[in-house]
Amino acid sequence: MLELKNVTYKVEDKNGEKTIIDNLDLTIEDGKFVVITGQNGGGKSTLARLIMGINPVTSGQIIYDGQDITNLSITERANLGLSFAFQQPVRFKGIKVVDLLRLAAGEQLSVSEACNYLSNVGLCAREYIQREVNDSLSGGELKRIEIATLLARKTKFSIFDEPEAGIDLWSFNNLIRVFENIRETIHGTIMIISHQERILNIADEIIVIRDGKVANKGPKDIILPEILGTSMAQKTCEKIS
Amino acid sequence: MLDEIQKNLLEEVANIHTVPQGAYNIRANGTLDSRNTTANIDIVSKEDGSGIDIKIKDGTKKESVHIPVVLSQSGLKEMVYNDFFVGEDCDVTIVAGCGIHNSGAKDSEHDGIHRFFVGKNSKVKYIEKHYGAGDGAGKRILNPVTEVYQKENSYVEMEMVQIKGVDSTERVTKAEVEKGATLIVRERLMTHGEQKAVSVYEVNLNGENSSTDVVSRSVAKDNSEQIFEASIVGNTICHGHAECDAIIMDKAHVVAVPKLDAKDVDAALIHEAAIGKIAGDQLIKLMTLGLTEEEAEEQIVNGFLK
Repeated sequence: MLELKNVTYKVEDKNGEKTIIDNLDLTIEDGKFVVITGQNGGGKSTLARLIMGINPVTSGQIIYDGQDITNLSITERANLGLSFAFQQPVRFKGIKVVDLLRLAAGEQLSVSEACNYLSNVGLCAREYIQREVNDSLSGGELKRIEIATLLARKTKFSIFDEPEAGIDLWSFNNLIRVFENIRETIHGTIMIISHQERILNIADEIIVIRDGKVANKGPKDIILPEILGTSMAQKTCEKIS
Repeated sequence: MLDEIQKNLLEEVANIHTVPQGAYNIRANGTLDSRNTTANIDIVSKEDGSGIDIKIKDGTKKESVHIPVVLSQSGLKEMVYNDFFVGEDCDVTIVAGCGIHNSGAKDSEHDGIHRFFVGKNSKVKYIEKHYGAGDGAGKRILNPVTEVYQKENSYVEMEMVQIKGVDSTERVTKAEVEKGATLIVRERLMTHGEQKAVSVYEVNLNGENSSTDVVSRSVAKDNSEQIFEASIVGNTICHGHAECDAIIMDKAHVVAVPKLDAKDVDAALIHEAAIGKIAGDQLIKLMTLGLTEEEAEEQIVNGFLK
């Protein structure tokens, strides 16, 4: 279980201090598929980064499985079972896709095991396994490899920051299948930042973040109808989907 | 006979565990340790004792020559001239390299001048590794000069690697490339501590449709300094590309000096240079996979230099 208690995150900019996350309280139960939505600039991505430890909280507490992780490093949180898929995945000159998957898995994955993860995200493994994670990959390819690294980690708590961003519509259909697949195989908690209706639609629970606070939270069947048609639950192109 | 330290050096610079296959010439502490020649590859000492001539017959295919040098005696300074005469229509691999183990107080230095005369239609792969070890205060110094003379339609690929332990190096590589010939250079360099490395390339594309691709990837750590100069001269219709890509860390200093000199309207010359620190996002990504910051840094550097 993940608990955020009274979490605040402030940044300094030229206009002085700005509060991004404001005394936020939130509990995410184990094994839940949670989608966090809300208007742009409301603090969704920041919230995800605070949980992973990429940004430090200004005040408040983060408790994971009963342990206070507020002051733990990214590495320590990763080793406790948290994973994070970046909105804009990072490129590495010289590091191959198979290397990244091995680092993610924390073991010397065999090539065929690594290939399975790539196939799960719709990439032909033979073509990609020895490719470098560099500028030669498209944004969509990179994004899918990023998701494959989380599959390889098999952690108890996976965070995906706008996994659909930069992915074309064809891939988007696969993406939905990937998440359904994760639910079936890993049985961990999944937290996705997204305002795509089709991702919201497969959630157990939807959390709406507004002005750095939890504006609404509840089962999908109750929350989704309330936000449908707003920027918090956008439809994909109907002709393609 | 080589001792353990020398054997280690040999393994680092030439991947040699036992006696290499094919032709070889192993030089240890300034003298010849062992030599082997084959029907197609002859190695002879120069009459004045200043080095060796390696003669490869026309049509020699799939053969290799190893000419590693190891120094384990502190304070030894040597200057060696090695000439490679590669005949026509050959396909050979040449492995050179120098390892210095200095546990004494005096500087050890190996300066080599390698000249390659590559015949028509021949293909040469040249691998040169430099490595330093030992914890003495004396420096490990390597100053290689390489000259390459390529005849028509020849292809030379040079892999120059210096990853560890060499305190000071000044590398000068010059090439004259004739019609239809290609020179490929892949340099990988890592400097740390107070090390200093200078690498200067000058490639003259003299023949029609000659080409070159010079790529340097380097990492400069601690207080080390690197200077990379690549000059490509296009004298006719030709294609040249030079690239310097460096990661700078700590208090290091990296200089990249590109020079393109086109003397013909059909000379197509390109230079790319990038120097930058390891991106914070790269470290964060690997840390989210459970690596510590130090481990992440190591992975990024190793990948970059691979």
